[in-house]
Parts: sequence; C-alpha cells; structure tokens
Amino acid sequence: MNDALRLNADVVDRARAAASAIADDIQQHIERHTTDTTERATLRLLGISGVNEIDVPLVNVVAEHARELLPGGIMRPFVDLMIQTGKNAQQVAEGVAAGDLALADVPAERRAAAETRAAALAEEGVARIDAVRARRNELVAETGEAVKPYVYVIVATGNIYEDAAQAQAAARAGADVIAVIRTTAQSLLDYVPFGETTEGFGGTYATQENFRLMRKALDEVGAELGRYIRLCNYASGLCMPEIATMGALERLDMMLNDSMYGIIFRNINMRRTFVDQYLSRLINARAGIIINTGEDNYLTTADAFEKGFTVVSSDFINEAFALRANLEPWQIGLGHAFEIDPAKPDQVVYQIADAQLVRQLFPGYPLKYMPPTKYMPGDIFQGHIIDGMFNFTGIFTGQEIMLLGMLTEALHTPLLQDRYLSIKNAKYVFESCRDLAGEVTYKPGGMIEQRANDQLQKAAEQLEHVREIGLFTALEEGEFADVKRDPRGGRGFEGVFEVAADYFNPFFAALREGRMSGAPAGPAPGASIPAAEGGH
Amino acid sequence: MVIRPYGDTRDDGIMQFSFTLPMPYSIKSADVGKQFLEKLGFHTVAIAECKAIDPQYTLFVAYGRTDAGIDPDEVKGDYLEVDEMDYYAINGLIKDKLGRKLSVVGAAIESDAHTVGIDAIMNMKGFAGNYGLERYPEMDALNLGSQIPCAQLVKTALERDADVILVSQIVTQKNIHVQHLTQLIELIEAEGVRERFVLIVGGPRINNAFAKELGYDAGFGPRTTPLEVASFMAQEVVRRHEDS
Repeated sequence: MNDALRLNADVVDRARAAASAIADDIQQHIERHTTDTTERATLRLLGISGVNEIDVPLVNVVAEHARELLPGGIMRPFVDLMIQTGKNAQQVAEGVAAGDLALADVPAERRAAAETRAAALAEEGVARIDAVRARRNELVAETGEAVKPYVYVIVATGNIYEDAAQAQAAARAGADVIAVIRTTAQSLLDYVPFGETTEGFGGTYATQENFRLMRKALDEVGAELGRYIRLCNYASGLCMPEIATMGALERLDMMLNDSMYGIIFRNINMRRTFVDQYLSRLINARAGIIINTGEDNYLTTADAFEKGFTVVSSDFINEAFALRANLEPWQIGLGHAFEIDPAKPDQVVYQIADAQLVRQLFPGYPLKYMPPTKYMPGDIFQGHIIDGMFNFTGIFTGQEIMLLGMLTEALHTPLLQDRYLSIKNAKYVFESCRDLAGEVTYKPGGMIEQRANDQLQKAAEQLEHVREIGLFTALEEGEFADVKRDPRGGRGFEGVFEVAADYFNPFFAALREGRMSGAPAGPAPGASIPAAEGGH
Repeated sequence: MVIRPYGDTRDDGIMQFSFTLPMPYSIKSADVGKQFLEKLGFHTVAIAECKAIDPQYTLFVAYGRTDAGIDPDEVKGDYLEVDEMDYYAINGLIKDKLGRKLSVVGAAIESDAHTVGIDAIMNMKGFAGNYGLERYPEMDALNLGSQIPCAQLVKTALERDADVILVSQIVTQKNIHVQHLTQLIELIEAEGVRERFVLIVGGPRINNAFAKELGYDAGFGPRTTPLEVASFMAQEVVRRHEDS
C-alpha cells in the first residue's frame, strides 16, 4: 500500500530535509528559553497540586512568587527550600502560598546538594509517569485492543458527569477514542482550573479531576466491552506542558498537541509556543501518549483544494519537532482533513489523492483524519452522505484515527443519536470496504497520482522557502492558513524567559533517559454487547 | 391559503421524525414511541425503526400525519430583505455616493474563538463564490479575528472612524451570545457613540428581528453571503450619509 502511488522520492527527501533544518533552527531558540508554564509543569511533575484560597493553582502562585528566578529554572531554588525546611514539595508550595516561605537564589555552597536531590526527585517524578504507562499496557493486554482505524468521537456537554454518560454510550455504539472538547477559551487561560466541573461553554474544562473521572468511566465501559477505550484531551494553549503532565498522570491516551496551532489559531506568541510544545511533547513521549496534530484547521480558513499542500508541509514540520521531542513514530498522529468543497467535480478523487499522499509520506504513523466541517450543510441527510464519503476515503487510504463527522456538524454539539448514527455510518463503510484498497491499483500518471505529486512538489517548495526565511518570519508572513502573526505579539509573550547560563532542570534529561518503547498490544476486542435489534 | 406538509399527496400531512427516548429497548418500545407522537397530535403513526442505541436509550425513526396547517400570508415578522447588488455595483455605489472608502471593522467577540463566520464574510477569498469584504477596493475592511474583547473592538472602530461594526457570534451554548451582544451595545451606548456606527451581527442563531431587539441595525443568519452583507452595508451607509 505504501507504494500505491508513485511519488517522486527526491522531492520527498527534499521536503523532509527542509523540515528538519527548519526544526533545528527553532530548536536552538527552544534550548535558549524557558516559559512560566514550563516551570509550572516542572512543579507539577514534582507532585504539587491544589489551589490557594482564591482558586489560583499553587504552581502559579509559586512561579509568580519566583518570577525573577525563572531564567535559572525553578528546580534549584525550590528543592533547596525543601532541603532547608525538611518539607516535601507540596508542603513547600503551600508554605510559599501562605507567605511563610520564600524562594531565593541558592548560595554556591548549597547548589550541589540541591541539584543532586533535584535529579533524584526528577527520576521519581518520571517513575510515576512510567507506572501509569505500564498500567495502560497491562489494561490493553487484559481488556483487548480496538481494531484500526480507531473510531474517534467527541463529547462536549460542559458537565463532566454528563460527558461520562455520553462517552460510555458512544463506546457501546462502537467508539474507540473519546475526546472531551474543552470549554471555549480555556486555551487562553494562563492557569489550569482545578477540581471537577459541571459547567462550561461549548465544552468541559480540562482539569486533573475531570481527567480522572472520565478515565474511570472509560475503564468501566472498556471492561464491559472487552475493548480498551482511549481518552483524548488537549495539551494546547497557554499551558501545554502542564496539561501534558496532568494527562500523563491520569492515563490519557491521546493529546491534541500541535507545534504551531496555538500560534496560528489562538494568537499565542510563537516564541512561547515552540518552547512549550517541546516539554509537552517530551512528557507525552514518556507517557506513551499518541499526539494528534491540528493541520485540519488550516483548511477551515484556507481553501482545501488550493492550499492542500500546506497540510503536507505542516505535517513534515510537526514530524520534525515530534522526533526531536523523543516521540516514536507510533505516537505521532499527524493530521489532515477532508475539506474540499463537495460541489467541486471529482472532490472525492482529490481527497483520495491528498489522503493517500499523507499516508505514504508517513508510514507507521497513526494518521488522524478529520471530517468535513466547512461545507457541511444544514441538510443532515446530505451531510450524512458526505460523511460517508469521508469514511470511505479514510478506509481506502489506510488512515488510523478517524474523527467521525456528525450529520449535525453545522447545527449543534452532537446529540446522543447523532453520535450513534455517525458511528453506524463509519462501521458500515469500514467493514464493507476493508479490503478494497488491496484489490485495486492507482492508474499510473492518472489524476490521483498527478495531484499527489503536485501537492508534494508545492509542499517541498514551501518548506524550502520557509527554511530560507526561517519559521518565525514565515508565520509572520502568513505562510500557513493565511494567518499572519507578530513574533513579539500574541498572548503569553511576557511568560518567555531567556535562560541563564546556569539554567537547571533535571526533568529534561530524566524524561529522555531509559524510557519504555513501543505501543501497547492486546488481544482482538471481546465480543461487544450487541445493541438489541428493534422490531416494529 | 392554508397548506400542510406534503408527503406524496397534497394535504396528506406526512412528516418524518427521529428522536431518542431515555429508556431501555423492550417489546413495548414501539408503542411508547407511537403514543408519544400521538400525544403531539399526529395520527397514522408508523414506527419505521426502534432500537437500542445503548442499554439505556432507544432511538426512533417514525412517520406520522398531521391535520394542522398554516397560511404563509399570515406569518408576519421583521425580515431584512436586502436589495442584493453585485460586486461592481456595490463598489460603484460607494465611490459615487459616499466619495470615500467605506470603513468596516469585524470580530468574533469575547469568549467566541470561532472565526468561520466572520472569515466567510470578510476574508479576501470569501464564501459561496462571493469575494469577502477585504477584496472590495472601495472598502477599508479589518477583520480582528476571534476572542476580541468588546472594549477593544469599540476602540478600534473609533480609531479607524469605522462606518460599520460587524460582529460574529458562533458559539451560543447556554445563550452566552446574548450576553456578549448586549455587553457590546451597552458599551457603545455608554460611550455615546451609538449613532456613529451601523451595527451588524451575524451567526447561526441570529435573525434580523432578534438583532433589532438587542439594539443592532441588522442581523444575518446562516447561509448569508458576503454580497448580501456588502449590499446592505453600502446602501445603509450611503443612506445615512445622504440624510445627514
């Protein structure tokens, strides 16, 4: 299947080399900077949680209190204070919040001791993540593994308990992955809310407690169905690495985690986002989490037929950053989408070309294919057919994570029955066409092969241009999604710090060293409880 | 003239339904669904499908007939009937009658992170084969994007001496759009600058009557094209200009 289309291998190499150079350039910026959320994630990795009397997370209180110290890294002064007071991390954080303790520069003679202790604590923190990952492996082996493509659906009621009920219903109907959409604008909060929540707008707050509640619901229904149900959330926005930390501890299985999405679509400062995505991805890598990238969004602003190649370019860039953050190919769910105008003649032919191109460029990657949204009509019957063609394109081109379209996409967050109908649609198409792709070949030099090579060529040219001008400038000039961003503008720029010469954060090394490898594996899913067949 | 739903014969009143009841599927589920539709006033109800979509929920697909009818002439409302012009005519109208560029500022306000609506109307490329406002040579169009605080939108509109403020509200869960839209109006009125702007709102849950009730000059619902908005803007700004 991976040589189904004859792609120009030289152009593939050119594109990948350019993306690699682009990422290397940015990686230098990443190494020279830290951010407030990077340091807060570090504190969370030490096990600190909770909020003060006005609901500000303790990690924010500590980071704000120690703002002057952040260029050197929070770990050395924080662990030194632990040593001086004989308290654990949580107690020190509480002491700082209460105003009883203060962080300060560590005198030279205490540095070595603080660093040694910090390195040991980092190893303990990482061991907690490893234990969660091992537990996932056990559960998948015990419960059973879903058959790919994974059926991915969204819940978004705002109430975590309602979400849990809907997620269980979706799993029973056949969903393999449940994503809990976040409440509108959470990506722009410079802190992570705390505790269970029952109100949100257009989604549900990502909190550690909500993660835990949903995880429990999915484990329950997974055991009932004999199929491990994966949980997805968003390590994105102003708190990328903090949410990655929470997800690693609460056994999320997937995270939306794009290297550029926040910059382009949420106007978060680019210098910050590149730094933030690095630690968030190191954590996801360690936790055995599959990341999903957000290229589908490009096609909601730019035209999918004209600018389809920007998705390919961005996939190469996301791949390059992901590999630098230690993610293994099976963890890199690069995104693309079915967004060409259905009114365009041969729409599906072009969609197949684009989807097959991405499939062949990234073998072994669990590609995430996103459904039609931009042109979904209010006519739900027509919309259901468009979704069917999306499902067809997905199975025919070997996509692995299928975010299902909803017939009511244009109208409202999915009703219980919408999700059911959508899963039925997908299951029918997947099973009825499962072996089709292996039975047919693409016409050499035909429309599909030509379109794929054309998009590849344009992507390579774009990547070479971006390498030439640098990614910061490219984002400034609107290379992606037709959106232009100011390198010094956007949200969160005030939280970016150039690191001091003696910057110290042992988590970076601890996260990289001695990690587990490979995807969880389990038996084929057990017989799910069939929905009772109705009569008249 | 009173009309009724048309299935395959005039006045047969046939309608189709799909809905879910929170009950486990059982042998009597079909009758529960049937009697529910009869309670709504439908008769000759046929349950086409009735099945568990979960142990606790049953989905119905059904048909029923109604005797109710409606006379379209008796339906009255506040509809915005735009005299739609083409791209060249709109630019021509502004150039000839206003004699300067028409300035418009647009945004999705407050917590709304969705730019799909404002982009469809304003971005160069446009939507449904229509160019967006940024493409109009006689317009000075600025799309601020999403999550713009009301105060920032008003400040920008004042700085640019805008003729039109275009607001999009897509996310409407729990009616938060009403709160945001009211907030904008209150701010503009508090600044004493209400008369300076043609205020337009668009979104999937917006209609003209509702927009006017909130204090806007016009409201556009789903399926609105840039041409409709541009035509209205040009005509309204020119009308005000000529009146003043």
